[in-house]
Amino acid sequence: MTTVLSIEKLSVDFELGTETVHAVRDVSLDLAEGETLAIVGESGSGKTATALSILQLNPVPPAVYRSGTIRFGAHDLLALPEARLRAIRGNDIAMIFQDPMTSLNPLKKVGRQIGETLQLHRDVSRRDTRSAVVEALAQAGVPRPDERAEQYPHELSGGLRQRAMIAMALVTRPKVLIADEPTTALDVTVQAQILELLVQLQDRHGMAIVLITHDLGVVADVADRIAVMRSGEIVEEQPCEPLFAAPQHEYTRSLLAATPRLAGASEGA
Amino acid sequence: MAGISIAASQDAQTPTHTAWRALRQNRWGMVAVVFLAVMVLTAALAPLIAPHDPQAQNLLERLAPPSWAGDSDHLLGTDHLGRDVFSRLVFGSRISLLVGVSAAMLAGVIGAVVGLLAGYYGGRLDWILMRLADVQLAFPSILLALAVVAFLGSGLWIVIVVLGLTGWVSYARVVRSEVVSLKTRDFVTEARAIGVGNLTIIRRHLLPNVVAPLATIATLNVASAIVAESALSFLGLGVPTHIPTWGSMLADGQLYLGTSWWIAIFPGLALMLTSLAINITGDAIRDATDPKVYRR
Repeated sequence: MTTVLSIEKLSVDFELGTETVHAVRDVSLDLAEGETLAIVGESGSGKTATALSILQLNPVPPAVYRSGTIRFGAHDLLALPEARLRAIRGNDIAMIFQDPMTSLNPLKKVGRQIGETLQLHRDVSRRDTRSAVVEALAQAGVPRPDERAEQYPHELSGGLRQRAMIAMALVTRPKVLIADEPTTALDVTVQAQILELLVQLQDRHGMAIVLITHDLGVVADVADRIAVMRSGEIVEEQPCEPLFAAPQHEYTRSLLAATPRLAGASEGA
Repeated sequence: MAGISIAASQDAQTPTHTAWRALRQNRWGMVAVVFLAVMVLTAALAPLIAPHDPQAQNLLERLAPPSWAGDSDHLLGTDHLGRDVFSRLVFGSRISLLVGVSAAMLAGVIGAVVGLLAGYYGGRLDWILMRLADVQLAFPSILLALAVVAFLGSGLWIVIVVLGLTGWVSYARVVRSEVVSLKTRDFVTEARAIGVGNLTIIRRHLLPNVVAPLATIATLNVASAIVAESALSFLGLGVPTHIPTWGSMLADGQLYLGTSWWIAIFPGLALMLTSLAINITGDAIRDATDPKVYRR
């Protein structure tokens, strides 16, 4: 399989006043076409900082990209000027965020926000945008998509909003989807539906997914490979099944032990 | 202007609806709004309402008392040159509203731009713009207005521009602090993540979210600009003297306050009631659009 995204020796610092936090230390990761790579770790382990670095969305300041390369196709994303990067954001690489309650602009209709992505990157007419938005919502499993497109974010439930976010990310058919804790803010039943939806859409469009989560239960069902992060470093990286069956690193073992549901899952795996 | 609330209420109403309903329930707010509507109509229809030419002098009828207080056919009496006070009051409302609204709009545009840029980009630009605001704030604005008018001469547009240039600080500060918190919200990061440029984010995602505080400050600013214009006119540095304004009427009337009180009292009353009504309206808009204010 070909590699679509390759992070090499990435280091990111946060300079907070006199203190410097090494949020990401020497992280290297490869993402193959169509695969799902999970980055797991506790809060503050650097997993989100790593994910945001791919599109350089960490707030600068305080973030400083110290060293490393992020290869995407022929480009090093870290070296690209802002204007070129903008052409990749949302077009080739898309993101969805943790909290669907705050990720949508409260003052704009859902459909217009999804359409904005498409109009930024494609030369499309208003009517084509409209039909693409409705189709994206339908694919994201939103019932009555044409009506939902005309509603404001506060009129949608949390699960529907996350589906709208997914529609927004996927309307341009990106090659890579970065999902930063996409299910954390949702009910358990809705979580399962959203994950299933992501797997379905991946099968249909063949995109690669970087899934960031602290929930190993989420990972077990969908990930091909897992990277475990702690204090900004990757402590272990393995395909899903061996990692659950025989974790190499002590930290991974304690993570697994801390998840009661997974005791059964790892025996079954 | 559309009152916009970011309250995520669960009833199926748009934010504008919710704010409008809250505004209607505010009794004093509605009284003030109606008063202002009457003022605007008066200013617009001044030639139809005023019974006399506001500039026509009639020295035979000088210092005539109001018709209901003495022997006269002038509703609010005449001034020292025999000009009809009511007609001058009606025409004066045009200047007051024009200066107030234009100066507030100019100040609002400058303040919003400064606040959005300072808040969004932060860093050195923020520091420079905010220190500029501090300097502006430390300088008495009426003194600055006096200096400029004394230097450039008086004129309606000069007064508007001067008042606009001195009033932007409060907008800039409020908008900046709103933007500083807004820009960390996920929907702004999300907008960046789909490839939206900085200026487009400012225009399409941040600006609509600061309209409510902008509108609130604008109303209060209209009132202070009207008072400031009157103060300049009172000092003879406002609009040219042949145009009737409330401030110049006050100035004319002060010499006759002991004998012909009506010359100064009525423009003073108009000034006070108008700025009071605008302030109440501003408070009502703030209450209606602020989700943190308790609603009965």
